[in-house]
Amino acid sequence: MQKDKVSIAKLIEDNKKKNRYKQGLIEKAVPIFLFITALISILTTIGIVFTLLFETVTFFDRVKILDFITSKEWFPFFEQDPKFGIAPLISGTLLIALIAMLVAIPIGLAAAIYLSEYASDNVRRVVKPILEVLAGIPTIVYGFFALTFVTPLLQKIIPGLSFFNALSPGIVIGIMIIPMIASLSEDAMSAVPRAMREGALALGSTKLEVSLKVVLPAALSGIIASFVLGISRAIGETMIVTIAGGSSPNLTFNPTEAVQTMTAYIVQVSLGDASFGSTIYYSIYAVGMTLFVFTLIMNLIAQFISKRFREEY
Amino acid sequence: MISTTNKNKQAEPNNKKLQKPNVFEAKGFNLWYGEDQALKNIDFDIAENNVTAIIGPSGCGKSTFLKSLNRMVELVPTVKMAGEIQYRGKNILSSKFGVEELRTKVGMVFQKPNPFPKSIYENVAYGPRIHGIRDKVTLDQIVETSLKGAAIWDEVKDRLHENAYGLSGGQQQRLCIARCLAIEPDVILMDEPTSALDPISTLKVEELVQQLKQNFSIVIVTHNMQQAARISDKTAFFLSGELVEYNDTDVIFSNPRDNRTEDYITGRFG
Ligand SMILES: Nc1ncnc2c1ncn2[C@@H]1O[C@H](COP(=O)(O)OP(=O)(O)O)[C@@H](O)[C@H]1O
Ligand SMILES: [Mg+2]
Repeated sequence: MQKDKVSIAKLIEDNKKKNRYKQGLIEKAVPIFLFITALISILTTIGIVFTLLFETVTFFDRVKILDFITSKEWFPFFEQDPKFGIAPLISGTLLIALIAMLVAIPIGLAAAIYLSEYASDNVRRVVKPILEVLAGIPTIVYGFFALTFVTPLLQKIIPGLSFFNALSPGIVIGIMIIPMIASLSEDAMSAVPRAMREGALALGSTKLEVSLKVVLPAALSGIIASFVLGISRAIGETMIVTIAGGSSPNLTFNPTEAVQTMTAYIVQVSLGDASFGSTIYYSIYAVGMTLFVFTLIMNLIAQFISKRFREEY
Repeated sequence: MISTTNKNKQAEPNNKKLQKPNVFEAKGFNLWYGEDQALKNIDFDIAENNVTAIIGPSGCGKSTFLKSLNRMVELVPTVKMAGEIQYRGKNILSSKFGVEELRTKVGMVFQKPNPFPKSIYENVAYGPRIHGIRDKVTLDQIVETSLKGAAIWDEVKDRLHENAYGLSGGQQQRLCIARCLAIEPDVILMDEPTSALDPISTLKVEELVQQLKQNFSIVIVTHNMQQAARISDKTAFFLSGELVEYNDTDVIFSNPRDNRTEDYITGRFG
């Protein structure tokens, strides 16, 4: 036994000596390799932003930036005097995102509270994977669901609802986002230590009070993060709005009218025959840039809010 | 040996002093976690305005008994209970007894400080708030009184709106005591409240317990026998889910009746 030990120690020592050079090399190479991979992702992002920026600048050589921002009409396909006012696309995008969030936030959050605070382990074990499967359904499926099921249903409830409208894709995008918000918020709430719930229960709180006044605030930064991811997805969602929202850029906040979102416009142009170098061709970059700025602002707001409301524990 | 017939033993010390009314009376109380019995036929009276210490080796059921007194033990889904625990004459195990009402009267301080991730002020104001007190002036007053009551006011009065997690462990524990005081409970249960604290913080909490017994009845679990001897009026010794001996603290530590108690307090096991 004793003998063995000595020889093992010696074995390790010998091995170490042999490997020292190789190990040193690996230790030095690994951080360089990791740095390069990080660099690649940063560089591609910068590359994308620059492409967007260049093409956008070309667009603004032809269309005055002031018109782009202030004009209330978006008629890029007019042969004479096309109109490039982004406002209708923005209103369409925001209207749909708003409808989606009105559907997704209450339902998603309620589901998260149920799963995290009320459901038994068995229920959670079944429901969580189902949520994750729902989150993986291709958006084109949701698009047809909106067009062939939700829209006809809504038309029965709201007489005179046009076939293409903002309401139907808005609701369906909301449904699509529910699993994401529920799942991410549930993660944030489950991460709140048990001891905090016990502290609140020991003061005579009801389960609902514990959920709403202790767990929810403690998980708020994670919950807000899930909302923002949801809004970003709603703003960036393309398929559902292209299929069910119509392609009528209307400056309206009336959900029963047909609208066009920024993404749907980009699809429309990409599928059409806009010739390379035409103003319409460049316009999709300007719209893309606007979309990018919107999601960027969203994320900044989210970071601010989640820092402001973070409850450290 | 005759471990569960300690009613006779209790009567004796009680007669020496003025009889205080009991806040809790456990009668033939049993508790199981699934199939495992954790508490066996406990008869245990806890007197008003006393500090009652529960000692015993790890795993003997001290925490389980303490958590039965405010029914926090029911958070474990497999728990089954039998027998009776009366709080001020009412059986708390009967389904008629509202658990929130019980916990409003019977506060609890945990082993590890567990303040909410909110400001110091909000931690203390939480209890009064959920019980319907909204008036700002009243809340301010409650917060100040409670923090003073927990001997931490001077340390935190200038930082009431900072996060409670900026406090030291000892301060956090006293904040948890203040949080508990804020709803003016009748009884305060403490489960090894100093085991996560340094010696100086421990001393502060022990002094605090001494002060608090003027107005509250305190039940404290401790595995530290010196602590039990220092701060309690009566001591109960638990072993393997049984209440082996329960008596005035000085009797338990100077002249225990049961060999097992003697073995434990002289450090022969546990
Ligand atoms: N949540 C639980 N589930 C199952 N058994 C438990 C649980 N909590 C405690 N027990 C068991 O009950 C017994 C008493 O535990 P506990 O009351 O925590 O002891 P103490 O506080 O005296 O150390 C132990 O045998 C322990 O294993
Ligand atoms: Mg314990």
